Amino acid sequence: MGSGSQRSFIRRALVEPEPPPVASTDVLTSTRARLFGGAFNTMLTLLSALIMVTLAWPTLKFLFIDAVWTGSSRLDCLAETVGREVGACWPFVKAKFGQFVYGFYPESERWRVDLTHLLGAILLVPLLIPSIPSKGLNAILFFGVFPVVAFFLLVGGVFGLPHVETRVWGGLLVTLVISFTGIIFSLPLGVLLALGRRSEFPIVRAICIAFIEFWRGVPLITVLFFATYMLPFFLPASWRIDGLARVLIGVVLFAAAYMAEVVRGGLQAIPRGQFEGAMALGLGYWRMMGFVILPQSLRLVIPGIINSFIALFKDTTLVLIVAIFDLLGQLRAAFADPSWATPVTLFTGFAFAGMIYFAVSFGMSRYALFVERRLNTDRLR
Amino acid sequence: MGDSSQDRPDRSSQRIALDMRTTTHEVAIEISGLNKWFGHFHVLREIDLKVMRGERIVICGPSGSGKSTLLRCINRIEDWQRGRVIVDGTELTEDLKTIDEVRGEVGMVFQQFNLFPHLTALENCTLAPIWVRKMPNRQAEEIARHYLSRVRIPEQVDKYPAQLSGGQQQRVAIARALCMQPKIMLFDEPTSALDPEMVKEVLDTMVGLALDGMTMVVVSHEMGFARQVANRMVLMDAGQIIEVNEPEAFFSHPQHERTKLFLSQILR
Repeated sequence: MGSGSQRSFIRRALVEPEPPPVASTDVLTSTRARLFGGAFNTMLTLLSALIMVTLAWPTLKFLFIDAVWTGSSRLDCLAETVGREVGACWPFVKAKFGQFVYGFYPESERWRVDLTHLLGAILLVPLLIPSIPSKGLNAILFFGVFPVVAFFLLVGGVFGLPHVETRVWGGLLVTLVISFTGIIFSLPLGVLLALGRRSEFPIVRAICIAFIEFWRGVPLITVLFFATYMLPFFLPASWRIDGLARVLIGVVLFAAAYMAEVVRGGLQAIPRGQFEGAMALGLGYWRMMGFVILPQSLRLVIPGIINSFIALFKDTTLVLIVAIFDLLGQLRAAFADPSWATPVTLFTGFAFAGMIYFAVSFGMSRYALFVERRLNTDRLR
Repeated sequence: MGDSSQDRPDRSSQRIALDMRTTTHEVAIEISGLNKWFGHFHVLREIDLKVMRGERIVICGPSGSGKSTLLRCINRIEDWQRGRVIVDGTELTEDLKTIDEVRGEVGMVFQQFNLFPHLTALENCTLAPIWVRKMPNRQAEEIARHYLSRVRIPEQVDKYPAQLSGGQQQRVAIARALCMQPKIMLFDEPTSALDPEMVKEVLDTMVGLALDGMTMVVVSHEMGFARQVANRMVLMDAGQIIEVNEPEAFFSHPQHERTKLFLSQILR
């Protein structure tokens, strides 16, 4: 076509596909260019490095380098006795570890808590790994059977197991019980509320809206307070609901209201055609929702759902206010022990708790990301 | 478009085959005095239409004339304020059970395909037979494979809709509807969202259905297809049926002024 005046063109030979040209710079060069290309970039890089060093170094120093690793009392963690600057006092955590995990659960019965945790882990891990088969059975065992088994195992009073009052439960056990209950009940309840809020029946819709707005309108602390101290006044005296159970119900309803709004966002993102396609096949409301609409909308809102789960997990610490001693509560109780009173006890304890909360929350967030990527490769969107 | 002298011989033989087949005396769909409003807008006005079993009705008309809405009343995806719709002897009322029963007998194909993106082509086809017809999985899969190969998608059964072309998606959608073994098929502008190169593959599938004696109501602007397959044409405008006629008469001697105008605008 070189002449320019030519007005028609017919291809004689097809152009074969070629691999893309090789990138002209390697990783090192391009990274250097990004970090130190120009005065402004260099300045930002140095500033960031400075911030990281000022933050990271003292943390590392406190947690590891200056930390005391062995000992049996506060004396081992005092600068005077050690003769140098003292960081984290890990013997404190070690000495109180039982309390952090079990609370005041009787020592002779703690195997029941261990067994529950073990059962939970054995059922949860294969559920999380996609390549392991029979997910259906696994899910039934984890979501259906496990809670019942865990209930009888922890509460006791049957099969010769001594009854253990929930009042003495505490520590990580309570944190996990509240979060697990909150998570497995708030999602289905939230889905029902979200469906109800979009229902064609005005009464159903009104009830769901009222429910959601009420629970979203009050702080969790109020809910916990009400459930623990006020509710008994309103109920007949014969209705003795366990203190922890009341808190669990409060947490589930509270979390469900938030979950409902997350799910509703997902429902609204589904095009009308999907509903019509399902209706035209005669699927009916529940099958349409269960097989067509919810699988798609829940996928869309995985980030929001996990966000709610993480928030719920961290909000469990608020039960301290109603005298239930979860992990953080036990930690604070342990601070009061004079035999471990040192200047670093508080920091050590919070660092320990922080690491546990972070590990669980970050784990959930990364796993959700993994699930999202996996689901997206399914459909090439 | 439109001069039948250029029709290839196989087309005219199809036409003859279709003409031989027509006119049973069983009523498949009976619509009487149907009126529908969207808010204050009167979309369907006094619609009366009777479709016999084995008939192929093509509804055309300008956009906004209510033709899609009418079609969607037949399986009550749209409801209406006044009038009656009786499908295969069952009157559609508020009753959800009857509605789902009728929907099981009436397949529908949409302009935007409306395949379920989280399910493979095969799963799209087996979902309703398994859960509505209570068919065993294996049997549902057999039927699905049968219809998918009939619409010429045998190799793609395990692909997700997003991995298929528009034409392929629409053919899967047709197969999905057929898997319920419906007595009546509704098509709502099935080729309007397709690239021009893919229109023919979908229309060919529909011609095949017509040859099998399926009762079909089609909203379409594919006049070539209408001429080839329809045994009655319906023109709608402003929510009303303007003219109903046999295709030959409809195209060569339209009676109503509106029909003449419409045909002159779409047939150039």
